[in-house]
Amino acid sequence: MLVTEQERLRDDLVKMTDRFGRDRSALMPILQELMRTRYHISEYSMQVIADLLDIHPVEVSSVVSFYSFLEDKQRGQFVIRLCRTIACDMSGEGNVARQLVNDLGIEFGGTTPDGKFTLGWANCLGMCDQGPAMLVNEKIYTQVTPEKVHSILEECRSTFGVHATVDKERC
Amino acid sequence: MIAETTHGSLTFCSIEPDSGLGSALERPPADALGRIEASGLRGRGGAGFPTSLKWELAIKSPGEYKYVICNADEGEPGTFKDRVILSDFADLVFEGMTIGAFVIGAKHGIVYLRGEYAYLRSHLENVLRRRRAQNLLGKNIHGLEGFDFDVEIRMGAGAYVCGEETALIESLEGQRGEPRNRPPFPIDTGYLGNPTIVNNVETFAWVVCILAKGAKWFNSIGTKKSTGLKLFSVSGDCSQPGVYEFPMGITVAELLKEVGGEGAKAVQVGGAAGQCVPAAQFERTIAYEDVPTGGSVIVFGPGRDMLRVAENFLEFFADESCGQCTPCREGTPKLIEGVKMLQQGRCSMQYLHELCSLGETMQAASKCGLGQMAPNAFLSIVEHFQDEILGRIGR
Repeated sequence: MLVTEQERLRDDLVKMTDRFGRDRSALMPILQELMRTRYHISEYSMQVIADLLDIHPVEVSSVVSFYSFLEDKQRGQFVIRLCRTIACDMSGEGNVARQLVNDLGIEFGGTTPDGKFTLGWANCLGMCDQGPAMLVNEKIYTQVTPEKVHSILEECRSTFGVHATVDKERC
Repeated sequence: MIAETTHGSLTFCSIEPDSGLGSALERPPADALGRIEASGLRGRGGAGFPTSLKWELAIKSPGEYKYVICNADEGEPGTFKDRVILSDFADLVFEGMTIGAFVIGAKHGIVYLRGEYAYLRSHLENVLRRRRAQNLLGKNIHGLEGFDFDVEIRMGAGAYVCGEETALIESLEGQRGEPRNRPPFPIDTGYLGNPTIVNNVETFAWVVCILAKGAKWFNSIGTKKSTGLKLFSVSGDCSQPGVYEFPMGITVAELLKEVGGEGAKAVQVGGAAGQCVPAAQFERTIAYEDVPTGGSVIVFGPGRDMLRVAENFLEFFADESCGQCTPCREGTPKLIEGVKMLQQGRCSMQYLHELCSLGETMQAASKCGLGQMAPNAFLSIVEHFQDEILGRIGR
């Protein structure tokens, strides 16, 4: 039987509410799970979640817009977040930032046309003694140099999507 | 990929598993509370509220369901000791939470782990599973009839302000992480309206040490108002950055000597929300009564541009402001503009004074700690480094 993408999404969301519950306090875990599996939170999914939790979709939208790890626009499979807080700033984050822009061919805030990478900033990743630090999805890289940027990106490219690793790590 | 920064000499290394909880369960909860009170332990997240008082208030609040929340939303720039504690001493944290549950009578615990530390989650889940198997969590813990407690891990999603306890609770409840007006405090109106204690990761770990080694041992260290030991996250221009354990009341100069940061021109104590201590004041002590900190120490060497430091901190706050109240939302960008003018050498003394008074307004009129703290670094840099920041030849 042909299942439309929307039907599949709805089924997934229902499964998530079975897992996390239908209380308001289940909203964040559901949204986080959706980010992990579908890389963004569409208007349609906000509507479905609102229906399932019996709240107004604006409530869902306002939560999504508040948190920097929740996004309503499609982002890449690999989200790179470079720490820009003072300790990393002092240890040469600027050069790493420049090299990331050069190697990916996008500016900060952008996503590569192939949908692989999104480049963004992070505030203090808690690796201040080992800066510059960078988060790629949930993996942390420390003492990143402009030279290492290329190999980190290659490491991502050689991984077949994040699906494999994400599913393994899901608790 | 989590590099070792821990000193082998940390007190946490010497604590026998289960010694704190075992000692607490031998006697009624009031006894454990009394020992924590005698130790003088104050919140290690930075605010320094007496831990025993918080717990006592939660005991007195009526409510069938009570919650123990561990604040692992370590977002303060320059702070990473909670990451190390969670990586290497997770058992101490869960043990401390269990003691908290025993004292206040809670059945449910939550660790609010910041989204940036998602890579720690599977490790923490493994520790929780093992503790359940050891009967250190779950039903009838330690064979004590009716003492049920379990911990779940919930993730943050990249919002610094959620480190503020009421914003953290909002976030757990599925809301935007906007701080609430206080009172009411979480001790009576916390998670889902129930009495809740929210403590820092490190605070829970010290509770275990205190019960294991005695309140006397703890309060014989440090100063009268700031007892005990504290973990410090040291970064910046020093030869040995990392996590250190020092007694409270250590002077900035002593600390710099230990970490190889002599010759620094300033030290930022307490992260972006803290204050900038210039070399002339390195004899000041790091304690709640003098220079308070949640553990963040960032060293600035002689070559650092302090205006760049102020700009970086202000950009951080502009990005992290929740936008709820005006002084913080509008004030921070205005201060950034001022820093840019100073960088270009276009700021008059009069305007600088106006910027400082704006900063003071933000300290007084912002709703939560974030807005109240946002101008701190700027104001202390203006106070101590006027020679350096005024009259620049513009770039």
